[in-house]
Amino acid sequence: MAKYPSDLKYTKDHEWARIEGDLVRVGITSHAVEQLGDITLIDLPKVGAKLEVHGNFGTVESVKAVSELFSPIAGEVVEINGELSDKPELVNDDTYGKGWMIVLKASAGLDGLMDATAYEAFLGTLDH
Amino acid sequence: MCAVDVARGGAHGSLLIAPSNPPRFAPVTTTETLRRTPLFDAHKALGGRIVPFAGWELPVQYAGLLKEHAAVRTAAGLFDVSHMGEMKIEGKAAEAFIDSLVTGDLTKLPDGKAVYTVACNAGGTILDDLIVYRRGRERFMIVMNASNRDKIAGHFGAHAQPFVARGELSFADISDETALLALQGPKAVEVLRHAQADAAITALPSFGLVDGIVAGVRVIAARTGYTAEDGFELFVHAGANSMGDVTRLWNALLAAGKPLGCEPCGLGARDTLRLEGRLSLYGNEIDETTNPLEAGLGWVTKLDKPRDFLGKKALIAVRDAGLPRKLVGFQMVGRGIGRHGYPLHAWTGSESPSGAPIGVVTSGSPAPTLEINIGLGYVPSALAEIGTKLGVEIRGKLVEAVVVKTPFYKRARP
Repeated sequence: MAKYPSDLKYTKDHEWARIEGDLVRVGITSHAVEQLGDITLIDLPKVGAKLEVHGNFGTVESVKAVSELFSPIAGEVVEINGELSDKPELVNDDTYGKGWMIVLKASAGLDGLMDATAYEAFLGTLDH
Repeated sequence: MCAVDVARGGAHGSLLIAPSNPPRFAPVTTTETLRRTPLFDAHKALGGRIVPFAGWELPVQYAGLLKEHAAVRTAAGLFDVSHMGEMKIEGKAAEAFIDSLVTGDLTKLPDGKAVYTVACNAGGTILDDLIVYRRGRERFMIVMNASNRDKIAGHFGAHAQPFVARGELSFADISDETALLALQGPKAVEVLRHAQADAAITALPSFGLVDGIVAGVRVIAARTGYTAEDGFELFVHAGANSMGDVTRLWNALLAAGKPLGCEPCGLGARDTLRLEGRLSLYGNEIDETTNPLEAGLGWVTKLDKPRDFLGKKALIAVRDAGLPRKLVGFQMVGRGIGRHGYPLHAWTGSESPSGAPIGVVTSGSPAPTLEINIGLGYVPSALAEIGTKLGVEIRGKLVEAVVVKTPFYKRARP
């Protein structure tokens, strides 16, 4: 798996979004996972929750860190990854696969999100 | 995602991240010049993730916190803790001088032994927690927290002046030329043997210390640590001509330890290991607003020792008045992790906080060995009994926790 798969869109908050028909699957990038370390607790919204762009949809905690999760797009939560409740380490192991977090029914387009190249360039600006 | 940031550089420093703090995942920018230990390049080469910590650039982890934590509990781990400060205090007045500034009774400390103790101010609150090493009748070394180095060296140095003037004492802050490696875990002894440590070192009793040689490098070795596990701390001279010694020792210990499962370990694992063992962290459990009695350090506070010591009068008054609050250990019952700074409430069964908090979490984290979420915090003494239910306020909601016995983790002794 590429570090930043080219079929995904990315946010400056280090979420990824994958378009699946009229739905959008969301998780956090491998950069975020590296920064967090071993993930131990994930709080996700309920199915049916309505999110704004950049709306808070939960938290992810590693042993040392707490980070909030922000939605890449506006939409309604139609599915959450319930497996993460018992196995948060799936995000460490497979963040673009089994470590997905929520699926949204988008109420607007994905305009304004970055492609993999742009996201990597953005990460470059964060480095020392 | 947001804000992975080392929120607190103080103390040994909590590595907790403040959820509301921008910038997100951005490198920490600081005008402060960060210091590097002699092993900085070795940490980079090992893939250590470097973070600013108490004024130093140190690795928070290498392969991963959980792996490193487990290595220390089951095999061994090697830590670079060269940021810690050291003072050398020698002379015929050394014992009496140090005894007048700490809560422990140094007159009972034999040669070749160390003791964990606390230095208080006149008000009886905590300036720092220390380990005093007695190298000989009149020769002492004291280890202090990196974040308190200037304060403590200044404090001891000022009080030493009259003794120094009378020629009864020599005092030196030797932090800059002293590196410190901590080799911790049930297999630490075996790792040392494989690294050609002197027999006198591997035979040390708990809290014993001796000068000797490991892997050809001259060290002061002590059977002390900060992980609630068996282990050693090795002090190495790191002057201009001996920098290479530190790296040589580090590499030799890693090589000797590798077949035994020894891992290089960062500050992250150091913090979870000490928390499981209920070892206090300066800046979290203890600081200049807390006294050793409420912090559960009564066992190192010798109010009946013969010599008067700074803070004794105030501490006797505190003891006689009774403690309004106490540091307790808690285990999360509900889903959540109570972390440093989170408010504590009495548990009423409701997730909505009613009224002001009754206390505060000083440290909290998953306990990797125990696979539960644990923490320490101050609560009113009436709520300090084992089994008392508490509500930890996590992002506006109360999550149930219960006061439990500490230490959370205790190693099996052979």
